[in-house]
Amino acid sequence: MNAFANLTFRGYRRENGRVGVRNHVVILPVDDISNAACEAVANNIKGTLALPHAYGRLQFGADLDLHFRTMIGTGANPNVAACVVIGIEPGWTRKIADGIRATGKPVAEFSIEQKGDLETIRAASWAAKEFVHHASELQREDCPMSELWVSTKCGESDTTTGLGSCPTVGNMYDKLIPGGIYGCFGETSEITGAEHICKARAATPEVGERWHAMWKAYQDEVIEAHKTDDLSESQPTKGNIEGGLTTIEEKALGNLEKIGRTSRYIDILEPAEAPAKGPGLYFMDSSSAAAECVTLMAAGGYVVHTFPTGQGNVIGNPIVPVIKITANPRTVRTMGEHVDLDVSGILRREMTIDQAGDALIEMIRRTASGRATAAEALGHREFVMTKLYRSA
Amino acid sequence: MPAPHLLVHEHRDNVGVVVVEGLKAGTRMLGCVTADNSTFDLEAGADIPIGHKVALVDLRAGDTAIKYGEDIGRIVADVARGGHVHVHNLKTKRW
Repeated sequence: MNAFANLTFRGYRRENGRVGVRNHVVILPVDDISNAACEAVANNIKGTLALPHAYGRLQFGADLDLHFRTMIGTGANPNVAACVVIGIEPGWTRKIADGIRATGKPVAEFSIEQKGDLETIRAASWAAKEFVHHASELQREDCPMSELWVSTKCGESDTTTGLGSCPTVGNMYDKLIPGGIYGCFGETSEITGAEHICKARAATPEVGERWHAMWKAYQDEVIEAHKTDDLSESQPTKGNIEGGLTTIEEKALGNLEKIGRTSRYIDILEPAEAPAKGPGLYFMDSSSAAAECVTLMAAGGYVVHTFPTGQGNVIGNPIVPVIKITANPRTVRTMGEHVDLDVSGILRREMTIDQAGDALIEMIRRTASGRATAAEALGHREFVMTKLYRSA
Repeated sequence: MPAPHLLVHEHRDNVGVVVVEGLKAGTRMLGCVTADNSTFDLEAGADIPIGHKVALVDLRAGDTAIKYGEDIGRIVADVARGGHVHVHNLKTKRW
């Protein structure tokens, strides 16, 4: 019996059986020009959350598919109790609302054309108010840890992330994945330099080959097609270099510490795609930019995010709690308000990776049960859509 | 063990990481290899910031830097044992 199999947390059981750790009523704009109406509704009705973003007009092909997948996945995330969808016209608005409605949660949709902002805001505010009454009466209940979906992505990495905070996440996955959770890592560009190791960590050679083809396609179609010089100004970042990381190979090897020693990924997800092969670890093809990556993983259905940082990335997400872990004692000293879990004892050899992994599991359990993260307390709600190419 | 100044992932690595703030040239550093917690001594050849790398052996231009037991790039300028290894003497082989 897995030692962690009996752990429970206090979560919200949703209509489709998934478990959420937050209880948001989201006001979701289909497109950029509906942001104002959504923000007005969120201002009218307390306890709601508007998610303004920059896109949703004249997109096409795979880029439009990704837009829909991100919108629907965000509304469908179990951390969302109910959702009001507002778009400029009824077609795409209906498509997104119906996608979220498939979860069984309350969804209301409104479109602005032939009504104007004011009438739309009036009607949507009434719906949002009913959703707040509904959500506020929902109760947390005991749920097994195995029902958690926990994603990871690191940021403002330095050499201490590879020594401490990333192995802490890896140790957590090595303990919880066998107990039945869903895990997710990604950051396609940042595996460069460790791709041979990542390929070998697939559950089967076939999955490893698919992973490598995906990584190679990114190299050829994005990096080679668009680079104007080498990428040493972007990968590693200026913050990485300040923290002592010199090359992408070094950064990638530290990054991969997040998947631990024994965990193997079972499938490769498109950006914002929900995993469909049962419990286990997944790789999501994603940007290494923090807000984009966390937004995509949240849209894939993950409800808690673990975020190792070295130099101190301050990112949060509007619907998913982002747990910050650092092993850098200078970051603990200078940016302590952003740190949920201090594992700097690993560098002093006062704390083992095993102990740090246990401490992270406990922090995940508390966070899933309602503890506000540093990013939540500080108001970090970075919601950033990934766009594949220019709109029509 | 007292808190180390320097951590090294694997025995075959030829660079390690400073894990204390304000390290000064001439400091007799306590190093620790995390793979088995074995320790060693090394004198710092420069003031090196926390998180930055130290050469564990004399490295020559053209050598491969090894960390995590893996290739992390090419040494492009000689650096003596105990010296600072970073963007001025180590480059990626990738881009």
